[in-house]
Order: sequence, then structure tokens, then C-alpha cells
Amino acid sequence: MTGTGTEPGTARPELLRIEGVTKAYPGVVANADIGFTVGAGEVHALLGENGAGKSTLVKMIYGLVKPDSGAMHLHGRPYAPAKPAEARRLGVAMVFQHFSLFEALTVAENVALGMETPPPMRELATRIRAVSEEYGLPLDPSRLIGDLSAGERQRVEIIRCLLQDPKLLIMDEPTSVLTPQEVEILFRTLRQLSAEGTAILYISHKLEEIRTLCDAATILRRGRVVGTCIPKDRSAREMAEMMVGATLTPPQRVPGPKGEVALGVSDLSVASPIPFGTALKDVSFTVAKGEVLGIAGVAGNGQDELLLALSGELKTDPDKLRVNGQPAGDLGPTERRRAGLVAAPEDRYGHAAAPDMSLVENAFLTAGLRRQLARGGFIDWAKTRAFAEEIIADYDVRTPGPDVAARALSGGNLQKFLIGRELLQGAGVIVINQPTWGVDAAAAAAIRQKILDQAAAGAAVVVISQDLDELLEVSDMFAVLNEGRLTRPRPVQGLSMDEIGLMMGGAHGMEVAHHVE
Amino acid sequence: MEIGGINLVVLVASLMVAAVPILLAAIGELVVERSGVLNLGVEGMMIIGAIGGFIAAVTTGSPVLGFLGGALAGAALSAVFALLTLVFLANQVATGLALTLFGLGVSSLAGQGYNGIKPPHTGDVPLGPLADLPVLGPILFAHDWVVYFSIAMVAATWWVLKATRIGLVLRAVGESHEAAHALGYKVNRIRLLAILFGGAMAGMGGAYISLVRVPQWVDGITAGAGWIALAIVVFASWKPWRALIGAYLFGGISQLQLNLQAAGSVIPVEYLSMAPYLVTILVLVIMSSGRGRAGLNAPAALGQNFHASR
Repeated sequence: MTGTGTEPGTARPELLRIEGVTKAYPGVVANADIGFTVGAGEVHALLGENGAGKSTLVKMIYGLVKPDSGAMHLHGRPYAPAKPAEARRLGVAMVFQHFSLFEALTVAENVALGMETPPPMRELATRIRAVSEEYGLPLDPSRLIGDLSAGERQRVEIIRCLLQDPKLLIMDEPTSVLTPQEVEILFRTLRQLSAEGTAILYISHKLEEIRTLCDAATILRRGRVVGTCIPKDRSAREMAEMMVGATLTPPQRVPGPKGEVALGVSDLSVASPIPFGTALKDVSFTVAKGEVLGIAGVAGNGQDELLLALSGELKTDPDKLRVNGQPAGDLGPTERRRAGLVAAPEDRYGHAAAPDMSLVENAFLTAGLRRQLARGGFIDWAKTRAFAEEIIADYDVRTPGPDVAARALSGGNLQKFLIGRELLQGAGVIVINQPTWGVDAAAAAAIRQKILDQAAAGAAVVVISQDLDELLEVSDMFAVLNEGRLTRPRPVQGLSMDEIGLMMGGAHGMEVAHHVE
Repeated sequence: MEIGGINLVVLVASLMVAAVPILLAAIGELVVERSGVLNLGVEGMMIIGAIGGFIAAVTTGSPVLGFLGGALAGAALSAVFALLTLVFLANQVATGLALTLFGLGVSSLAGQGYNGIKPPHTGDVPLGPLADLPVLGPILFAHDWVVYFSIAMVAATWWVLKATRIGLVLRAVGESHEAAHALGYKVNRIRLLAILFGGAMAGMGGAYISLVRVPQWVDGITAGAGWIALAIVVFASWKPWRALIGAYLFGGISQLQLNLQAAGSVIPVEYLSMAPYLVTILVLVIMSSGRGRAGLNAPAALGQNFHASR
């Protein structure tokens, strides 16, 4: 590995030193006595499961959160930013995981919002063009963010940071929405920055990426530093086990016999009901009993629309969608459940669950019909509660009880509950969008295992996900959604990363600029 | 220029005057909604402005101070809304509706003893030789200062939203308060200022009704103008110049029905009086039937409260 600027072993001048930083929220200590150092030009990884305290830590470095105690030093001088503007002035920039772009504004306007004293718009546009060429990230300043792909949006964030000439760049989960090619281009940009002396603090769940990119890693568990390592010298498995503090077992699959086709979709085209959404164009596929179809694609390429069309929230011609051979395209969600199709959408708070209702009530909302939880128009609360308790037990949902509001559960626990609610209905066709989005490694493995168990029991399963590793782990067949079109499903066995990248439509024209560097 | 007994020049000139209250209120509400706040209390703020402006004008004898008083009264009422929604995180829709009911009641109480009084006259300000132009003169250049002011406010709002940093930050806050907060902007402070501006504009609009349009104080004088202003913001898809068109359209129809009544139309008066409201409903239905376009322009964070919890 070359291009990181400094050879391993060479002493780098110290850039950021953190000592004994502690931050507590009511009921939980997010960070306890954290300490580590980052050298100039070093690519430093922060590893840890969800809730390990990585986000709180970087928010303190970026001035969004104040530590309760402890000290930070930048360039050897005490560093305690009261607000992000101060951090930016001192050369600390951050690329967020989400929540920091404005869809209805243009690229240039978004960049201007992230700067202290932006130049006039026309001059800014010229500078955006110049910087984006220099780092191989082409970008048109006058386009609306809502029209950009996820990879292009990330470029906006990176360029917003680069225009301020940062000394430390914080990146929170930067690759979770990128195609493999886009990841490669991002890494080239990051190595170029590192060679120029910019340090990078890199947060990611993807351990293989950390092994190829990072010079050092600090591992957090439950708000404490539990270890440090040189990622290149460790295997991904070793690092994962340091994060979790236990040995991990990958999901087991028992290949069962494939039955007849349970879900058939032919030439499905629907307009998107979502602003800035993507219409589906001629989507066709079939899923047999006992088979898992994995659908990959970068966010915003029609995943949400596909889920709506499969769940019945978007209706089409009856013959476009068949469940067990019966036309079902014109049925709503309830009728589709009756016909044997259940669906779990991505958005946990608001779409999959009613956040302010209890788990018992949420259990009834989609399972009432198939589990016969109502009689003569009245809800059988005893039976519903028993069903909720069954989910909680079967899916290891950590909750004080079935009567707490869905909102009170952590993302991972609520996800386990919601997936369990759909999988325990004994439906023949199961559709899941992003089964493990924002769920930590242990819970994600448990959810994947349950999906495989359902397939082994004879269910036809469609898994839509942006996590390629996950899809390769659970799927029999693999297809990609790209701008609303679905590629022809192919068997997962024998599929190479390059082929997958090509199916995903390359890197949206990013390579061209890099060849001229 | 007469059609069916209606003088077109007089009609157009009077529609510009008729549109002023809803135009001022709509521009104020447009800024509020662009910052992501839905304040349904426009009607309440207008009528508070109407009585506040009336009292100030009658007491001081100065119509200009009257308009200032109306703006202050509207802003004061909107401050209550800001306190409830920004600090106590009350539901914006419910709070806005309560604000309207509260404003109607308080104005009626404050207006005791002001019935039947004539406020000081707000004179026309003809713009020199321009006012003597045939046709265009009486239509465009022979109005009172508030008419010119309302048009200037449309232009100013358009320019601020489009070309200035404060306008950009305001739009950003209305688009995604989380993102704006992550970048270090004071979401609630910006919203507070927007709400106060909206209140002042609505108050001025109300004062125009009681000081120029009617001109006297009667209970319930605004007669639903605040609701029309709210509708016009949606009609305008949150764009200032379109709000001007919307306000003039509505003003035109209400003037037309008056003129038709005067000209002895065969259509019963009741139908003519309801025409402006019917047209407003019709336009809104047509606007929102093209779901994509109208939806696209709505500020994404409209109606959502913000609390910097994390």
C-alpha cells in the first residue's frame, strides 16, 4: 500500500490528542475516559458497534457536543470548540453520515451554507469546479441536490470540507451508500489528501475497507477504548471480535429444494409518489419457494418505490404482480397479506411502526389478519399480547416489556421486533427493505439467520439492501436496481465483485476525471 | 373602457387596493413557512393588527403610527405563537388555530368603545406626472403609500430569499432543520425572527382593512382574509411574485363581484359574494392535483418542531 504519505514507523507530527474525555447523557455514559492521538496525514479508524460512542466522540471534536470532562489538544494547543463554526475555523471539517444536505437547494448553495464567509455565488461556483477537478470528483455547482445520486451527494459534502483547507477531516460511515467503484475513487481522493498532510478520522463498520485504507485504529466498546491496532496487520474477523468482545459465527444456511414460483413480477412500471423519487421501469423477476432474491443498488434508485409496489401501497394492473399464481397487482396491503405476502419497509419510525404506540399495538397493526388477533371487529388483546411476547422471546428483543412505546426501543431492537412481526406470520412471500440498516453486528447476524430459516422453511424472500456483503451472504439470486430498472437476476454463486460493480452501473462517470490526474 | 356598466380602469385600480391586506399577510406567512413553520393564526394576527392599528391611529391622529401599531400588535401576538411552538414545542396547527380564536376574542374586547369612530384619513400619494398618464396613471400611480409599500415588500422578499445569505439560511432551516443545526445554525432563533416578521406583516394587513378599506372598527372586520392569505401562499407555491398574482386575482374577483352587484347583475348577490372563496378553493384544488409540482416546492420541514436534543 503506497500513497499514504508516510511510511509506517516514521514519526508523524502530532495533530490531535484526546485525553480522558467523558460525556454522559441521562441514563447512559456515551464516552468514558477516551484517549488517543492522531498524527498529521494519518488515516485513523474509529471502530465500534452501534451505541459504542463513536458519534458522540466525533461530535465533541466537531464542537456539536461539549464533553463533561477531559481535554483535547490540536497542534499541541488546548482545543475546546464551543460550536462547529469554531472547529471549522481551526481546520476541523466533518462529512456527515446523513442529515446535512438540503435537497431543494443547489450544490453551490449547500456548499455556501457550510462556509463561514462564502465568496459571491459565481466565484464560489468556479472554485467548486476547480477543487472538484483537482481531486477527481466532478460536480456541477448549479444542480439541485435532490437530483443527485448518493455518491454525488457525498462529493458535495467532501468538497464543502476541502474548500476550507482542513487539517483534520472526520468521515462518518462514508461508504455505506456507494458502489464499489465509487468507494475506490473515494479512497484515491482520501489518500491524496493524506499525502498532502490532512489527517482523516474514519468511522466505518466495513472492516475490509479499514484494512485497505487506515494506518491505525482505535476500538470502542460501550463508550470505552478497548484496544488499538494496525488494521493492516489484523484480519477483519479479529477486529470484529475486538469490537463485539465475543466470538462471532456467520449465519448458517441449509440449502433446501426450490419449489414452484411464489412471487412473479412482470413489466412493472409505476411513477414515484415520493418527491425527487425514482419511477420503476419494466421491473420483472420471479422468486420460487425456498429462494432468497437479493436486490442491491445505491439508495434512491427505486428501492422505496419497489417496496411500495410489492407491499400493495402502490397498486398496478392485476396481472403485473402474481402471488402463488393469482393476480394481485390491484390489491392493497391488507388483501396482499391475506393472499400470503408480507412486507417490512425500511423506515422504522413512521412507516414500519407507529412510534408512539406500544409494541402490542404495533404487533396487531400488520399481523392482526394473518394471526387472527381480532374477532367480530374486536381486538383480542390477550392473544395480541401473547403474539408480541412471542416475537420478543423469539427475536431476542431487549425491552422492559411489550407495553412500552415503539419509540423507546433502540433502532436495532425495534428492527428485530418489526422483522419478527412479519416473519412470524407464516406468509409464503416475504419482502424486506434494509433488514439490518443501522443495526449492530450481533443483531444483524441474528436477523440474517432468521431470514435464512424462513427460506429454508419454504418461504420466497425478497431482500432489498444497500449492504452488498449482506446480500451475498443471504441471497440465492442477485439483481441490481439502477435508476428504476432491475437487472436480470443472476445466481450469487460465481459472481465477482467486478461483475457486481458493472451491474450497479459503474460509478456515474467518476472514473473519467481520475484518469487525467 | 366600459363593459356591461363596469369601468375597467376603476376596477383594476380598486383591485390593487383590495388586495393589499391579503398581500401583506401572505408575504409575511410565506417567509414564516419558508423557515419551516406553519402559523395558521394569520386571521387572528390580522384582526389584532386591525384593532391595534385603529386604536393607535385614533389616539395619535397619525395613520402612519396606526400602521406601526398594527404591525406591533400582530408581532406581539405572533410572539405568543413562537413561545408556544419553539420553546414548549406545542403542535403548530393547533396553536395556530387557537391563536386565531384568541385574536378574534381579544380584538372584540379591545374594540369596545371604538365602534362608529372614523380613523384619520390615509391620503393618496400620486406619483407626480406619472399619475397623469392615461389609463396607466390611475391604475398604477395614484394610490396611497401602503399599496406601493406592499409591492416593494414583495420585491424585497424575493430578493432577500434569492440572493442574500440570510435568505439562504432561512430556506435551509425550512428545508431541513437537522442539517442546518448540524452545520451550526440557530434554527429556533431564525424561526423566531421569521414568525415575528410574519406577525408584523399580518398586523399591517389588518390595519389596512380598518384604516383604509372600511374604514372604521366593527367586530370580525377581517372576515376570513387571513385564511385567504394562507391559501395564497400555497397557490403561490411559496414564491413571492406568484403571491402577488394570487392576491390580485382574489382582489380582482372580489371587486368584480361588487361591481356586478352594482351593475344590477341577474345572478343573486349571495352567489357573487361567495365567488372569491369558491375561486380560491377551485384554484387550490387544481394546483394540488398536479401533486408533484406543488409538493416539490413546499419547504420539507414545514410544520415540524425542532428540538436540539442530540
